[in-house]
Amino acid sequence: MNIRFNDETFRNDYTFKNSDAAIKRFPFPFDKDSYMYAVNMEPHTPVREGSVYYNSFDVDEHYVSEMRDRAMVLDEDPLRCQSLPHMELAGWDLLELIMVEKAKDYPDLFELHRDGDNWHWINKPLGIDDKFTFMDATTLPYGPMEYITRQTQGDFCVLDQRDDNLWMDAGMVTTQADWSLDFDIGMNFFEWHAPVPLAHEKGIFVRALKFLLNIQQGAPARRLNWTMTVNPLLDTSPENYHKWGIQKTTLTPENIGNKQHLRVELQTFFRLPRSNGLVFPIRCYLIKLEELVTYPKWARRFHRVIRDLPVELATYKGFIDNRPMILEYLSQFDDGAETSPGVWPED
Amino acid sequence: MAKTEFEPSIKSRPVYGELEVRAGKSHLLIADAEGAGAILDLAKSAQKDFLANAHIIYIPKNAGDKYTAQLEGLGARQYYAGPSYEAAVPRIQRVLSDASNGLQIYLAGTEGLMGQAMREATNIGYPYSAIQTEHRGSKARRMQCVHCKGITEDVTTDPFECSHCGLNLFVRDHYSRRLAAFQGVCVDAEDPGNVPDKVEIT
Repeated sequence: MNIRFNDETFRNDYTFKNSDAAIKRFPFPFDKDSYMYAVNMEPHTPVREGSVYYNSFDVDEHYVSEMRDRAMVLDEDPLRCQSLPHMELAGWDLLELIMVEKAKDYPDLFELHRDGDNWHWINKPLGIDDKFTFMDATTLPYGPMEYITRQTQGDFCVLDQRDDNLWMDAGMVTTQADWSLDFDIGMNFFEWHAPVPLAHEKGIFVRALKFLLNIQQGAPARRLNWTMTVNPLLDTSPENYHKWGIQKTTLTPENIGNKQHLRVELQTFFRLPRSNGLVFPIRCYLIKLEELVTYPKWARRFHRVIRDLPVELATYKGFIDNRPMILEYLSQFDDGAETSPGVWPED
Repeated sequence: MAKTEFEPSIKSRPVYGELEVRAGKSHLLIADAEGAGAILDLAKSAQKDFLANAHIIYIPKNAGDKYTAQLEGLGARQYYAGPSYEAAVPRIQRVLSDASNGLQIYLAGTEGLMGQAMREATNIGYPYSAIQTEHRGSKARRMQCVHCKGITEDVTTDPFECSHCGLNLFVRDHYSRRLAAFQGVCVDAEDPGNVPDKVEIT
């Protein structure tokens, strides 16, 4: 595997962009020309070599720059990473899972050498070479969850399972679609999803919880979610909304192809062996409209999805005011031709 | 004044009930302002040994001395009236530190009082689902500013001004038991200065 890591920014001058290869592997979330909430879970098993669904934890060209952005967010606001006291064991579970999987899937980038509890972790892209004692947090520069998630793309919610529910009791959340870990930590599955419209009434969360409670070790699951973001801003947090919200008003017909991004979350779910917790990584992928429309199938379909989306969802996803301009841009690429089933761009 | 009826809301918003006497070795009753009425109503249906094992902690706030004589007159084993919730916290923590199996907890009054007292109880391991609550009186909310993290007590209008950072915040129904607060989010982030007129929270 040969990855050339981009040197790019997700703030200020926003130099983020996707290479042609990154566009082609973008996790386009719509398998048909319309969208409504669904549980849409599937096993997290490898699909199509090179796709974002191939490895347990996808590493791509944005890795190094995303980790630099995360470190900046944490310097500004340490509350983005929190773990309630009973969650340290789950943090070790997560550290082990990520190290083992990354070393297996990307042997040229990551190495893990284990001699009993004496572990040696090498992360070449980030220049990290650490020896530590497994299960002894004093031998790491951060707690185990924070240590490994400073080195792994995507947000991480570490969930405790008790009373037939899942509890958001730890997390690393710096690339979120406008929700606050600091506010939601300690909540159960229904509580932290409380602000989502329509889905409760459809019974989505009851079914999703039932599915998640039964996830077994070694049999992870995944689903996609999506929203829209103006500028390639990873940190669309409520904490900073008073700073970034204004950027939503900067779209013009001239800059929209470059500034408006589709934001897709690849959500995966892994059972953790010692704690019986569940880790819920939420990996954010961004793509500019002008990148997305390079595939005619995606361009046509995305136009139709955005056009037909219920008002409540466009409002909740925060782009109701910009929808007319987005549609005007996308309509240029929709000639009304039929689209093939499935998400892949060239099928 | 009877218990407050709220419109149905989202799943993180607390739901309050009506206090009823439950069997227990001891009874801790914490109320503010109009919440006193809930305790007085509860006491009407109680057996004698209930009050003999009861500890009432009351913060009159703007109810002044409207209920204090009646509450004290119930003859609970312990009665305390404090000048503010903050002043009562050390006492509440001390009482909870003695909590043994068989303690019943009853909370009544404003959401801020009930939420904070509930947090004290759950911090020592008492399950929140076992705590009884009854809302009475003001619908004022305890709000956390999601931006600066400061708490503004007794918010009665939407939007309101954060008492710490000064941002104009709208009042969400999203509620954190850990913070004992609702979430306030900048109302004019996308159109600075365009702050809607304040309306009373209902």
